[in-house]
Amino acid sequence: MEVRVANVRKEFERFPALHDVSLDIKSGELIALLGPSGSGKTTLLRLIAGLERPTKGKIFFGEEDASQKSIQERNVGFVFQHYALFRHMTVADNIGFGLKVRHGASRPSAQEIRRRASELLDLVQLSGLEKRYPAQLSGGQRQRVALARAMAIEPAVLLLDEPFGALDAQVRRELRRWLRDIHDATGHTTVFVTHDQEEALELADRVVVMSQGSIEQVGTADEIYDTPNSPFVYGFIGESSALPVKVEDGQVWIADRPIGLSAPQAPRGEATLFFRPHDVDLVDECNGCIAGTVAASRRVAGTRRVELEIGGERQRVEIELPVDHPAAQKTRVAFRPRRWKLFPAA
Amino acid sequence: MTTAPAKAGWRFRQPSVIPGFGLTLGFSLAYLTLIILIPLSGLIWRSAALGWADFWAIATDRRTINALEISFGTAFIAAAVNVVFGTIVAWVLVRYSFPGRRIVDAMVDLPFALPTAVAGIALTTLYAPNGWLGSLLAPLGIKVAYTPLGIVIALIFIGLPFVVRTVQPIMEEIDKEVEEVAATLGANRFQTIARVLLPGLAPAIVTGFALAFARGVGEYGSVIFIAGNLPYKSEIAPLLIVIRLEEYNYAAATAIAAIMLALSFVMLLVINLVQTWSRKRYG
Ligand SMILES: Nc1ncnc2c1ncn2[C@@H]1O[C@H](COP(=O)(O)OP(=O)(O)OP(=O)(O)O)[C@@H](O)[C@H]1O
Ligand SMILES: [Mg+2]
Repeated sequence: MEVRVANVRKEFERFPALHDVSLDIKSGELIALLGPSGSGKTTLLRLIAGLERPTKGKIFFGEEDASQKSIQERNVGFVFQHYALFRHMTVADNIGFGLKVRHGASRPSAQEIRRRASELLDLVQLSGLEKRYPAQLSGGQRQRVALARAMAIEPAVLLLDEPFGALDAQVRRELRRWLRDIHDATGHTTVFVTHDQEEALELADRVVVMSQGSIEQVGTADEIYDTPNSPFVYGFIGESSALPVKVEDGQVWIADRPIGLSAPQAPRGEATLFFRPHDVDLVDECNGCIAGTVAASRRVAGTRRVELEIGGERQRVEIELPVDHPAAQKTRVAFRPRRWKLFPAA
Repeated sequence: MTTAPAKAGWRFRQPSVIPGFGLTLGFSLAYLTLIILIPLSGLIWRSAALGWADFWAIATDRRTINALEISFGTAFIAAAVNVVFGTIVAWVLVRYSFPGRRIVDAMVDLPFALPTAVAGIALTTLYAPNGWLGSLLAPLGIKVAYTPLGIVIALIFIGLPFVVRTVQPIMEEIDKEVEEVAATLGANRFQTIARVLLPGLAPAIVTGFALAFARGVGEYGSVIFIAGNLPYKSEIAPLLIVIRLEEYNYAAATAIAAIMLALSFVMLLVINLVQTWSRKRYG
């Protein structure tokens, strides 16, 4: 189902956790909320679920205003980071819970519930564990049971709050691929929270980058990575280097030298230059380029990262060099960013 | 036999890697022997001096049987009542904040602190036919003081803190997320409490019941004032023991005591087994 968050604001005892957030989630989409700790991801997810009420604004499920509906009526599947399984119930009873508490004609027969549970267990690859109790499962298995339980009610939206947050890297990667497969098989509209950008970029159709209670940017992995629209997104997603610069005469300057980048559209004055460390051209002759001396160097997998000190103020930036580059301590290195972006200094 | 002969019968299962098991177990056993086992075996010893026929005669005496029935019956009812209301009290204390919550919380412990005789006298004054509550109940034909009902009320008073204080900490640990998940799955408040919260509390509730019950069976001070102590009607077993002692009939006193001991032990053992079973399931 389509979900529309319209100008939602949420305050906790006057502390604004979300300011005026709007977001359209398409039906069947797998969307990630990504942001640093405290940026309001969980709060937004809980608002969609109805576990919190917005201070201002509305949330629509399809055409319907969900604020008129209770949590029970919203029919959302929520998966918590720490699973929140019912300890005293078997795996099968956990999964069947949402069907068992239904009333009257909408409640399937006990036999049907059992069948659904074992079908879902197959889907999450835990067949045969019906009779276990949560205490007898590993973390990854528990999280899959939690997901199966949420899917049992055929939710309008599936909401996952850092579903893999408590698991080790290996299991995370496995579950990530698996979640993608499940999503493709079932087509539930899914929103998941993470602060692992690799997870978000790899898994989601679209990524919502959040910071300090606001949405910074929404887009596909490519859009977010290639055209970040704010210094925050540039710095938060992937590696980035930043340098304070000046814009004058449609040129970018560091101290009193133009660095060979023209920016006819940029407003005059102080600005910050952003680029990716690996996205640079090395040049021999510094005739309109950025030059600095190597202050530190370290080997990162297939490349070498060097930290350069630029100009009289000894600003430090990182760039990537080929492993066989002869740069050593104090060597002078000149380069020009291939792709870059300017943001006016704050 | 291919492997080294296992020591006949059974062996200690290696309980965990935490060191000091041998030492602490040895200490615990020695301590329990000194504090509990030796006095109790003295009791058994004395009653054994009686001989089987005499013991049987005392055990099957109508007055003994009635006293035991009253003691165990009232303790059972009182513990059951306490389970219901004690759980509600714990719920209110854990879940809601209201002015005076701390005071209510402290009040729960009063039955622990009060000399039981004081409680007995206070309750008797209250429920006597001319007391505040007694005089209100009398026209309705309800007699509390000097009946088994009075005993039940005294035991409810005495046993309440046992239930509240065992259930409360477990309730505080209940994860809010578990309730939220139940709600998103469509469970209403009642279903959440009945199917999710209470089963999780069951082991604690059983413990609270066991403690309140055990205390009720052994209670003396508060009961004898309100019970009226009519033989065959409202005479509790501990009182009968005291009566026998005052008659210098030590053999009979210890015989009744030994029966109480055996009954209590069996019941507590059963409760314990129920608990182990439920712990194993819920982890
Ligand atoms: N119940 C609450 N009462 C008061 N403040 C709250 C409450 N819940 C969240 N907040 C505040 O709202 C802000 C956003 O919190 P939220 O839990 O949404 O962050 P998050 O993005 O999920 O962070 P994390 O990645 O650490 O889980 C935080 O500053 C937090 O302190
Ligand atoms: Mg969070």
